Amino acid sequence: MSQYAALLLAIPLLAAFAMPLTGLIGKRIRNSWAIIAMLATVTAALLLVWEVLTQGTIVYAFGAFDSAQAIPFDSGGVPIRILFVIDAMSAFMILTAAIMMFAATLYSISSESEQTGQDGYYALLFLLMAGIFGMVSTGDLFNFFVFLEINSLAGAALAAYRIKGGVAVEGGLKYAFISTVAGLFFLIAVGMLYGQYNSLNIAYIASVIDFTGLSLVAVVLMIVSLAMKSGSVPMHFWTPDTYSSAPSSITALLIVSSMASLYAIFRIAFSLFGLTMNVVTIGWVIIILGILSMFIGVSMALPQKDVKRLMAYHSVSQIGYMLVGLGVGVAVLGDAQMLAQFGVVAMEGGIFHIINYALYKGLLFLIAGAVIYRCGTANLNDLGGLGHSMKWTMGFFIIAALAIAGIPPFNGFASKLMIYESVFIFNPFIAVIAMVVSIMTLASFVKVFHSMFMGPKLPQYETVKEVPMPMLIGMGLLAVLIILFGLFPDLVVNTLVEPAALALLDRSGYIASVMGGI
Amino acid sequence: MQMSSIVKTTADILFPFILIYGFYIIIHGHLTPGGGFQGGAILASGVLLLLLAYRYSESTQIVRQVMMKTLESTGLLLFIIAALSAMVIGAGYFFNWLSPGGFIFGDIVTYGSTVANLNTGGLIPIMNLAVGIEVVGAISVILLALLSGIKEKI
Amino acid sequence: MIEQIPYLAVILIAGIGIATILLKKNLIKMIMGLAIIEGAANLFLIILGYREGGIAPIFTNAPGGEMVLPTVQAMTLTNIVIGFATTALLLAFAIIIYRKYGSVETNNIRRLRE
Repeated sequence: MSQYAALLLAIPLLAAFAMPLTGLIGKRIRNSWAIIAMLATVTAALLLVWEVLTQGTIVYAFGAFDSAQAIPFDSGGVPIRILFVIDAMSAFMILTAAIMMFAATLYSISSESEQTGQDGYYALLFLLMAGIFGMVSTGDLFNFFVFLEINSLAGAALAAYRIKGGVAVEGGLKYAFISTVAGLFFLIAVGMLYGQYNSLNIAYIASVIDFTGLSLVAVVLMIVSLAMKSGSVPMHFWTPDTYSSAPSSITALLIVSSMASLYAIFRIAFSLFGLTMNVVTIGWVIIILGILSMFIGVSMALPQKDVKRLMAYHSVSQIGYMLVGLGVGVAVLGDAQMLAQFGVVAMEGGIFHIINYALYKGLLFLIAGAVIYRCGTANLNDLGGLGHSMKWTMGFFIIAALAIAGIPPFNGFASKLMIYESVFIFNPFIAVIAMVVSIMTLASFVKVFHSMFMGPKLPQYETVKEVPMPMLIGMGLLAVLIILFGLFPDLVVNTLVEPAALALLDRSGYIASVMGGI
Repeated sequence: MQMSSIVKTTADILFPFILIYGFYIIIHGHLTPGGGFQGGAILASGVLLLLLAYRYSESTQIVRQVMMKTLESTGLLLFIIAALSAMVIGAGYFFNWLSPGGFIFGDIVTYGSTVANLNTGGLIPIMNLAVGIEVVGAISVILLALLSGIKEKI
Repeated sequence: MIEQIPYLAVILIAGIGIATILLKKNLIKMIMGLAIIEGAANLFLIILGYREGGIAPIFTNAPGGEMVLPTVQAMTLTNIVIGFATTALLLAFAIIIYRKYGSVETNNIRRLRE
């Protein structure tokens, strides 16, 4: 019996609930409690990922004596309890979230050390991580909605953490509004599916689903609400405001939260509905959303003057890459020959891009936070000449900027090449747009590098030194992983990405792991 | 602002009755409609009655923010320790190990329409109590924070 | 037709809520519109569970007969708690914005520009 799935959820909750009491005792005890809890969670996550990759899908039933038995013996073949179903795709997302949690928590130990109200900060941070881990591992629709709302509320309260100037509260307010409306639409869709099939379990609904008009309304509501939450184009207006006014380590975690919403779109499209819906139409809808996000994101990023707003618009454009890659996979789901030829490679490219994007975008936001921590301003017109005094930060920035533009020895090149190759066979026009967007991305990051780090040393930044050691360790871990993933992409694709893509395509395997092959 | 003495006296008399009613709803959560959140909200409305009847500076000497924050943390910790305690005896998470024949709340219930027995339910009444304590702490903290910004005339 | 009236009421209430968020300029009124949409979602969930001539799903001294569905009632309770927490958070944000910016009209709280 594997208990790591329950521990993955229980340890962040225990840490969050005990944080105010340790805060009453003292500051060093609270910081060490945060570090201990974070190390325990990351260990549980890594052990869980190892177990899934070697033994197959894990099913954990809450509230049962024997937690591997999904269907109780007296229920007539219907899974009643809340289940966690962790297959290779969920394990991939858990790995991404665990790496980002490690880096962001280490970074916050020193970047938030002079703010007040740190008890609430660390408690909400652990609640946010519990929400993200729950969202990517659950196998039950209403449980997913509850974790989505935990995620939104903790993220909004953390985004508005620095209330002194007032602008951060405006960003947090927009995030809270959009997330709540998205959650309510999702709840109405879950209600529609419950009313038809009398169950909330994803695997059970997938085995009895029959595509009527009501299911079409439900799938449209679900995809729209999850796209709203992840920041793709028609609903992307909250992204620059929230990402630019939140503290930098929180922005890195909000990015993981939007990745989890993207994971949910693919879980619903592949495992819940699969071939019963009209895959060509819905696949093309996802591809068009992706193309618009790529192009509009990078065009609005070029004239920005605030460095964090510029990076936030780039994050909108990178979400477009993932939507295009997996949208191509959805669109060719019905055609077995096209699927084997380029569909699986497109999906692998999209999934590999998820972890690459989290790594380099997280590193970029942490670097921007380091510069703001030392210099006090985020305006590119005022910054300059920091390359003399912040050498490590400049090195990390070069690594991250080359990775986001897709230059060869770093990891962005590997995933973008897979997306270009497969999408070119599908429709060459989309691949050309993707390459043009990549060139514009490189242009805007050359601009940022020149304004921030090049040039003579400015007189008002005479006393600027390098950032403290915990921040450097956090950023350094991400940079080392970027270089490793870029030098050995074959190893990563064969071990992590290909099982994930095959697990998404294998709908009957997902159903059989819960229902027991009935 | 200062309420008249009729309001203050009525609030003083009603407050214990509201507390008893709230605890009745919490502890009978596994038999009748109600449970943790509903009973906690009723208890918090009793606290709100006290906050409204007296001036802010007088009522915060009775209902203090640190006390309410401690209540909230205690309720949450009791809940999660009850959930984790099932893993100690080797079962799954959240397993109801007190239900068939435990040392407290352990009577067995037959299926169908029965007469209510408070001594049943296992781990569920303990979790109801934890949630009720947590909810009264959380809502009181919210009310104290929202009321602290009102300028008082008298 | 008479069985469809509760579902039409849900659509009408949700429409009023969405119109309030889109058309009003005061922040407090937008929060009220959000609460109206939550009410519509809760009503929709409870209507799903109704059975003709059913009794309340409680086993204590229950008279015989069919019971209405209890799972949707649990989902509605959870949604009410989530809605309460969201409204409290949004109202706290509105108070802080009023203190720092001086007004709650959305025309005046646009310091984060392009």
